[in-house]
Amino acid sequence: MEGEVTDLPFDEGGLCLIPSEEGIPRALLPLDLPANYLREARFLKNSGALLKGVWGATSEMPSVYAAFLLKEGLVVLSLSLSPDTLSFPSLSEIFPAAGRFERMVRDLFGFSPVGLSDLRPQTDHGLWVRPPLSNPNIPVAHLQPSSPPGDYPFVRVAGEGVHEIPVGPVHAGIIEPGHFRFSVVGEKVLRLETRMGYTHKGIASLFRGRTISEGARLASRISGDSAVAYSLAFSQAVEQATGITPSEGSRFVRAILLERERIANHLGDLGSLGNDAGLGAALSLFGRLRESLHRTSLTFFGHRLLFDSLVPGGASSGLSVSAVEHLLGECDFLTRELSQLERIYADHGGLQDRFQNTGILSPEVAHLYGVGGVAGRASGQAFDARVDHRGDPTHRFAPALSLDHTGDVAARVRIRFLEIFESLLFTRSLLLHLPEPPLTMALPDIPEPREGCALVEGFRGEVIGWVRLLPGGVIESAHIQDPSPLLWHALEAATPGNLVADFPLINKSFNPSYSGTDL
Amino acid sequence: MWKLLWKILKTGNLTEAQKTDPGCATPSEYRHSAAIRHLDAGSCNGCELELWALENPVTSLGSRGLSFVASPRHADILLVTGPVTCHMREALEITSEAIPSPKRTVAVGDCAKDGGIFRGSYAVMDGLPSIMEVDVFVPGCPPRPEEIAAGLLRAFAEKTPAT
Repeated sequence: MEGEVTDLPFDEGGLCLIPSEEGIPRALLPLDLPANYLREARFLKNSGALLKGVWGATSEMPSVYAAFLLKEGLVVLSLSLSPDTLSFPSLSEIFPAAGRFERMVRDLFGFSPVGLSDLRPQTDHGLWVRPPLSNPNIPVAHLQPSSPPGDYPFVRVAGEGVHEIPVGPVHAGIIEPGHFRFSVVGEKVLRLETRMGYTHKGIASLFRGRTISEGARLASRISGDSAVAYSLAFSQAVEQATGITPSEGSRFVRAILLERERIANHLGDLGSLGNDAGLGAALSLFGRLRESLHRTSLTFFGHRLLFDSLVPGGASSGLSVSAVEHLLGECDFLTRELSQLERIYADHGGLQDRFQNTGILSPEVAHLYGVGGVAGRASGQAFDARVDHRGDPTHRFAPALSLDHTGDVAARVRIRFLEIFESLLFTRSLLLHLPEPPLTMALPDIPEPREGCALVEGFRGEVIGWVRLLPGGVIESAHIQDPSPLLWHALEAATPGNLVADFPLINKSFNPSYSGTDL
Repeated sequence: MWKLLWKILKTGNLTEAQKTDPGCATPSEYRHSAAIRHLDAGSCNGCELELWALENPVTSLGSRGLSFVASPRHADILLVTGPVTCHMREALEITSEAIPSPKRTVAVGDCAKDGGIFRGSYAVMDGLPSIMEVDVFVPGCPPRPEEIAAGLLRAFAEKTPAT
């Protein structure tokens, strides 16, 4: 935790973003007054910040957290709520994406977002007597009521020939559950609304009271496709709270793991996108590459999907000389194969016809909702935590930013190809410069409760980890924020105007996580 | 187009030979092919990634006569992943009822077995056995594709009465 401290001219006495050896600079700012929370949020908006998440916590004090991404780094505001009112000001007028997060806080904790107009349930399906994460000592009368069971009030589109198509929660295929409501005229979608909450597993309640190592296991299993990004976000948050810096060797192995996860998922998405556009051979050709990657992961990192491959304080395994040689060979093999497949995709008229001008997310809308990751970069949002905040070891090899401006499915396909090539180059450099074997550091005990936060560039986009630890290595509360809630906004904005039959293709090109959204 | 055809030709057949598992159905026991309806009952999507891997050319489930179908009406096997969240319970029951008998139920993953790491949460039912009878369990977090394939073949070999 050394280096230069970035000062932001906050009106409340200034805010220091503390750089860290590995991750991006970050700051936690505790606030007491709702008015200050709103003022800081406005100030952040004017400084060009994007809202990346809002979540709640009930420790001895009920509080609400909001995470913002600035060019300078990550800022997390926390607001302690008054036990009498249990309300917090809604940020939805400043950041349109806030509503979805705040509705979830309301459903789970019973805190009321003041000023939020859309109070429809987000995660609550009418089965709960009281908000499940509310403090049992607070009478139900003080809490927002749980929604009555019954039909969810989707926004109705009126007009001649308009009809609705309900889809889900059970979809036709190997997909996670969620509900989509299309308002359609003929073949054309007029409006899409998503209804989530089906995979809600009560992650926040499962974190509570667990040890740090149990928490790390859970973090790997919130959204299986992002196991590395989630455990890295969790680990970095724990490391910030306990004040340790992982060894150089661990940082290298972690960076390699994160790139492997990105490559595997991009390969899977590219194959599925080709398949959804009618090129069945693509699924097999990419599926084969993905399978070989998984097998190598099992051999050298102990798990096909890299679950539990890193822990707070370090990484689970080191790499032998023969392993490094094998992994370098894999990089060459994948680069060769992908160059051929990229040509095939680019030359295939049928594919390009389905990809181009389909599901356009304009740069303005992407910015409005703070969409990052692959979807954001395909719509001109020039941010990648690996590029803009070069912690160690990223800064030594500096992966290039992949950027496109058309915002259609074709752009998201191109970004994925570019990112795989960049990831392979980056992985190669990491392997060639691998320092001493990773050393897992013991986590020191902390004298009083401490918080930590972190941001990691997962394969979808920014994954934010936050944790509040108690002395004795016990987790009081923890939250991991997936970029998927923002991607649902992007999907809802990009689908209208397209044919219903193109929806699976558009959805796959964003590929939001249902489990990461519902928690 | 010729590049694609050349690539397919050059890649060739990658499907690995099946290992004979004494617990699995013999070809005479599954002469006919079987259709699977997968239902995600709140999984973390790790099991789904391995189900996708079943269909890759290396595992190639289709070549063993097993395929995934969209409609439960066309299915012989209900394959469930996830700890069964309270919010998916109703959809699970409706899907199960829509599958014609005789059918088999296969619980894939540690979560579907007993809730796994999510066991004890207010939001989950602690696994599929709390909701319905299960013919075959495939433990693992997530189980490997070949383990899932073996479990699916076991569904035919085990002489459990069909529900």
